[in-house]
Amino acid sequence: MPGAEFGAEVRQHDSTGVIDLHGEINLGADQALLAAYESAVRGDPRTVVLNFAHVDYINSTGIALIVGLLARARKEHRTVRAFGLSEHYRQIFAITRLSDFMGIYPDEDSAVTASAAAS
Amino acid sequence: MTTIPSNLRRVLRREPRVRPTTEPVAAPSERVEAPTVEIAPNDPLVAYFSGATGAVDIATLQLESPALDGLREAGIRLVVPLVSQGELIGLLNLGPRRSEQEYSADDRKLLNDLAGHAAPAVRVAQLVREQEAEVRQRERIEQELRVAQLIQQQFLPQELPDLPGWQVGAYYGPAREVGGDFYDFIKLPDEQIGIVVGDVTDKGVPAALVMATTHSILRAEAPRLIAPSEVLTRVNELLVDEMPAHMFVTCLYAVLNPATGRLRYANAGHNVPYVSTEAGVTELRATGMPLGLLPGMEYEEKEATLAPGDTVLLHSDGLAEAHNAQREMFGFPRVAALTGEANDGEVLIDRLLKEWQEFTGPGLEQEDDITLVTLGRRSAPGDGSGGERELAAFEVASEPGNERLAIDQVAKAVAGLELAGLRLERLKTAVGEATMNAIEHGNKNRPELPVEIRVVADGTDLKVRITDQGGVRPIPEVETPDLEAKLAGLQTPRGWGLFLIQEMVDGLHTAVDEHHHTIELVMHLKEEAPDARS
Repeated sequence: MPGAEFGAEVRQHDSTGVIDLHGEINLGADQALLAAYESAVRGDPRTVVLNFAHVDYINSTGIALIVGLLARARKEHRTVRAFGLSEHYRQIFAITRLSDFMGIYPDEDSAVTASAAAS
Repeated sequence: MTTIPSNLRRVLRREPRVRPTTEPVAAPSERVEAPTVEIAPNDPLVAYFSGATGAVDIATLQLESPALDGLREAGIRLVVPLVSQGELIGLLNLGPRRSEQEYSADDRKLLNDLAGHAAPAVRVAQLVREQEAEVRQRERIEQELRVAQLIQQQFLPQELPDLPGWQVGAYYGPAREVGGDFYDFIKLPDEQIGIVVGDVTDKGVPAALVMATTHSILRAEAPRLIAPSEVLTRVNELLVDEMPAHMFVTCLYAVLNPATGRLRYANAGHNVPYVSTEAGVTELRATGMPLGLLPGMEYEEKEATLAPGDTVLLHSDGLAEAHNAQREMFGFPRVAALTGEANDGEVLIDRLLKEWQEFTGPGLEQEDDITLVTLGRRSAPGDGSGGERELAAFEVASEPGNERLAIDQVAKAVAGLELAGLRLERLKTAVGEATMNAIEHGNKNRPELPVEIRVVADGTDLKVRITDQGGVRPIPEVETPDLEAKLAGLQTPRGWGLFLIQEMVDGLHTAVDEHHHTIELVMHLKEEAPDARS
């Protein structure tokens, strides 16, 4: 069954690149996620914030994409933070230990504020 | 003998007194004991002494009082009431002076002063003694409670019987002042099993001892007689002679043949068991007097056949007759209704206790023991299904993204079960990952090859079996992915599927045959205590 197609929009919030994700993060999200990341780091921000508030499904391939994105950001010495995760996906981020390498925040303001304080 | 106020009697008995005597005056060192004079609490003398302002001359007192006569007979001449805070707490009784002279005004003043000082001191001593007696009484009661609990626990089954195709549940919750509840499972010939739930009237050690006796007789007679009516008749005959006055035992005794579901039962005045069936709640009624009341009792015997999916609840009255703060009763209709909603014995027990706790509210002490025994038939033993109910069976074509179809259908199939919130989300993630594996790795993304999905539930677990056509292939070990290595680019970012599945579910099994590969996901239906996963 085709689920909600993945999409990502990028915007700036206090010199932080925010990527608004929506739909399903699965294999099909690969290119769009990569493009969104590249767009978000065009201004060379120290921090990239991922907005998961409108993501309704992440499968293991989606986890792999997020790991790939995080690996690249770390290589580029950028911090990645996230907000808007449901309780279930917060648990999955904890189980996979993604949350050890990616700050998880309840909302955008706290994610961006933490980013500003950290950068 | 009439009674007198306890504090007064104590003083009368214990205070050393001068003994009135016509005998020659004793040597100064000689101690004499006055005879005890009992004073009834309604004797007018009590009221008189209570209001007296000083020493009272007994010889000249004009009062219609048996106690006054008693004092005179005992040779008492002068009584000095001991009054503390308006309460008469004792008397100083004096016989004639040794000099044979009358008591002088100075003597009386001295005695009154003495009484004024002694009264509060005597009262304090009385209060201390009363308090000590209360402490001893409390300790004795606590000790009795401990003994009763010990006896009770000694005779409760240590484990539940393991009956293939059946789910057996039991709960025993003693009240602080232990009642006489008991339950038991008795092995019988031909793989049959006897089930007992009983309640002894009264509480504490006497009830526990009667319970122990009843338990022992039942254990001895049940395997010999088998038929529930005969067993109860026999137990009654043996108990009648032993039973203390005003005590009796209510008891439901049933014999189950697990192979057929046939349940024979007889009831000695105990609560009527309820059965949850497909058609609704039914009652297992049979008449009979409680055990130990009258000799020569006969007990009606009835039988029922429990169908797969039926659950019987045997219960003591501690639940149905529990009250809330408004003195409303939990009620038998409520117990019956809750039984009707259950399709699982363990879940039923939890539900009943939860409803009971919510009904009585916090802070109310449990009034009576609560005993609940459930007996649920999953299926006939040996049919291989283990009592499973099929909730859904469907296929999805092996096309990427079809795991979402599987997730949605499984979620629909389990909607009626006690699986919600985060645990349902976990199941959905596991189903998605397992279906994805089946599509990609088992069926190699070939749309003509179906992924078969079957959802079943038994009394305790939900199982989702996902089968692909990949046949025998090695079952990989589930390893925890090395995130550091992946982030450092030393490993592929992928490889999370099996790990996620394992972390999401309570059990994970795989099975293969020549053509198929099946992964079974297990979720316990009973709510788990919070653990590291939640």
